[in-house]
Amino acid sequence: MKLRIRFRKQEELRFIGHLDVMRYFQKVMRRAQVAIRYSEGFSPHQIMSFASPLSVGLISNGEYVDIDVSSADSSEAMRDRLNAAGVPQLQVLSVRRLDDSAKNAMASVAAADYVIWLKKEALPASREEEKALFEELLAFCKRPSVLTVKKTKKGEKEVDLKPMIWNAQAGELKLLRPAYAEAADAAYGLSVRLASGSAANVKPEQLLGAFLEARGGAESSVSFQIEREELYAVKEETGSLIPLEAFGSDF
Amino acid sequence: MKKLALSDEILLKIDKPARYTGGEINSVMKDPAKVAIRFAMCFPDVYEIGMSHLGIQILYDMFNRREDVWCERVYSPWTDLDPILRERKIPLFALESQDPVRDFDFLGITLQYEMCYTNILQILDLSGIPLHAADRTWADPIVIGGGPCAYNPEPIAPFFDLFYIGEGEVVYDELLDRYKEIKKQNKSRLEFLEAAAQIPGIYVPGFYEVTYREDGTIRAMTPVNPHAPARVARQLVTDMDGACYPEKPVIPYIRTTQDRVVLEIMRGCIRGCRFCQAGMIYRPVRERSVDELKALAKSMLLATGHEEISLSSLSSSDYTGLEELVRFLIEEFEGRGVNVSLPSLRIDAFSLDVMSRVQDVKKSSLTFAPEAGSQRLRNVINKGLTEEDILKGSAEAFCGGWNRVKLYFMLGLPTETDEDIEGIALLSEKVAETYYDTVPKEERHGKVQVTASTSFFVPKPFTPFQWARMCSSEEFLEKAALVNHKMREMLNRKSLRYNWHEAELTVLEGVFARGDRRVAAVIEEAYRRGALYDAWSESFRNEIWMDAFAACGVDIAFYTQRERSRDEIFPWDFIDIGVSREFLYREWEKALREEVTPNCREQCSGCGVRRYDCGVCLEERSAR
Ligand code: SF4
Ligand code: SF4
Repeated sequence: MKLRIRFRKQEELRFIGHLDVMRYFQKVMRRAQVAIRYSEGFSPHQIMSFASPLSVGLISNGEYVDIDVSSADSSEAMRDRLNAAGVPQLQVLSVRRLDDSAKNAMASVAAADYVIWLKKEALPASREEEKALFEELLAFCKRPSVLTVKKTKKGEKEVDLKPMIWNAQAGELKLLRPAYAEAADAAYGLSVRLASGSAANVKPEQLLGAFLEARGGAESSVSFQIEREELYAVKEETGSLIPLEAFGSDF
Repeated sequence: MKKLALSDEILLKIDKPARYTGGEINSVMKDPAKVAIRFAMCFPDVYEIGMSHLGIQILYDMFNRREDVWCERVYSPWTDLDPILRERKIPLFALESQDPVRDFDFLGITLQYEMCYTNILQILDLSGIPLHAADRTWADPIVIGGGPCAYNPEPIAPFFDLFYIGEGEVVYDELLDRYKEIKKQNKSRLEFLEAAAQIPGIYVPGFYEVTYREDGTIRAMTPVNPHAPARVARQLVTDMDGACYPEKPVIPYIRTTQDRVVLEIMRGCIRGCRFCQAGMIYRPVRERSVDELKALAKSMLLATGHEEISLSSLSSSDYTGLEELVRFLIEEFEGRGVNVSLPSLRIDAFSLDVMSRVQDVKKSSLTFAPEAGSQRLRNVINKGLTEEDILKGSAEAFCGGWNRVKLYFMLGLPTETDEDIEGIALLSEKVAETYYDTVPKEERHGKVQVTASTSFFVPKPFTPFQWARMCSSEEFLEKAALVNHKMREMLNRKSLRYNWHEAELTVLEGVFARGDRRVAAVIEEAYRRGALYDAWSESFRNEIWMDAFAACGVDIAFYTQRERSRDEIFPWDFIDIGVSREFLYREWEKALREEVTPNCREQCSGCGVRRYDCGVCLEERSAR
């Protein structure tokens, strides 16, 4: 039976890498005594697929891992068991059952939502300035083209991010991430949906970098906190983007 | 968000920021307002090494079981962070609270190997704690050292307020209680040190004066404070089953060198190899019961979620319940997502059987540690392993499908001759020949591969060889060259590999191992000149050390290349480890006569630790 787990990555654990998160979950599965399936072979490993690696420094409310189990009690019991065996910074939000035919998390991702705000130590003297900065960032996202230089193996290449920026909205932070309104010192931010996955991919750091460069100011990208809110995949029947979580159902 | 001592800007530009951010599962958080004692426990090396050390996990767990103590962890900042901390004047901090180490009550530093000494100074320096104990006040933590190198603490004596001599589990409670009392009564730091000096196993270096003779050797080491005992007695755990074990060890996120459950099956070793310090300072052998270990294995695997379990001890083949325990582990866990990693075992039918069940025979290798190339020299060092054992074991293993063998030797042992040295190549050759003799051509998969490695012998305190002369680095390299040359003359040379250790590093180890207080100045000077992470070959710089020795006028050869007279007073003589100096000297004489001494199970040799009334000393001996 295939299960899809949604979890957060918060606090100081923004500094652990993708491989560390994988290793963490392998151990959580054993501590929580999840009946996870193992691959065949001389050194069997757990059958586990993570959606999309998150860069070090970013936090998230929308991380996903799919696992294959031989049995499981209920969505709620599983979630509680995983949380009891884990740390709050990597809290499990839901465990849902996938159809056996469902594509795994890694293969299906098409887009991601991010919210960007200023870290406490980088907040300007007034709320107006803070607000203005994000209005400016929004305007940048809305330009007819958002050019940036991308370094590849072959050298530098100019790319237009615009077709991969699908949705942007500036405003009060507590409205942009309502579930976690209390957690930040900042008041304003930008919410943006970006293409993500194997077909087209833009990282929020890239967008931010392009903005800061175009602006030419002294601001550095470490002044900003970026949080991933959700990952989406295309629902084949309708062609629409839906959250990865919605592909599963509670059991 | 949680308070971090380092800004995001710093954390995002250094390597592996998770070394410094804490928050691991089972790491202990407490309210600082509700504890009486803040204890910073430090392993003076990088996080991945320090986190792998079982001893620290034991102490961490034991301290935090006390409600009045909050014990946190500190590791050496890596070389990328070190300059940033200095430049921006960020004080070194503990991982859990991220608070500065200087604000703690205690800074405990574990001393696992000599080459970490400059890292100790880095820890103190970055914390803003005066390097010299004499310059400290109540504004500084009490700096206490413990672990194997505390058995000769003299080269680092000036940097410590206290040393704890012995196994950590025993007297710490008393020390902490004393500290609380004295703090409550508003007494002085000196009064605390005086109270500590009276606890068995605690050594306060500042309370002793050392005088020297004209030839540089020690005339006397005398207590200059009435509270300090003339000799400090090593402490030990007498009942291993009762000893503390961390049931919920801290589990790192980043990969560490020991990413697995480690079961300590016993302490000590029955064998008494004459070069081996661990074999002496951990006497007598004390075993944990098989039942307790089985239960621990289960509970630890569940608590940690590790996918691997290993056994730890000095000589696992001598553990009486080994077969039962290993079979249990394999039956219970192997194939259920948990690997059983075997310790190095004596090669026999049992070990080959279990090895073939848990490892890929084609990829794994057999390990032997004959330590010396000839039977004569093996008698000198009292290493029981014979050529016959090795060749028979190899032959059996070759039949079972193995074709890789590793052999470990030492160069520069007392009485060593060229013939003994060449014996290393000859023995390697015989192992290779055994392969071609036992495995028929059609059953061979490829060539046999025999790898011989040599380390250089360092005489250690509290061993029969503490009187011995150590070689210079030139002599060491000549010996290695001789082995190398002989290897090339062998018929099967294409199947033989040879590698040897760094000679310069070994010479320094030799100085620190048997050094006295005058060596401390050199360590400080080398640190000031930039020595750090000397245990890492990429950062070890011998020239700094040579300059430091010259600047301090300390002669390396005095410490290394001098055979000691029977009655010379050693810097570590004030420690009573239980094993008597008479026994060690008897063993030294027997070594020179090439006589072997039976192991503790065959016959008691009256080494002196019988008075602790525990472990192997109490066992019935059938063969007598
Ligand atoms: S077998 Fe020899 S070398 Fe090994 S621990 Fe025992 S005494 Fe030391
Ligand atoms: S007293 Fe005897 S049995 Fe006990 S450790 Fe010493 S030599 Fe071994």
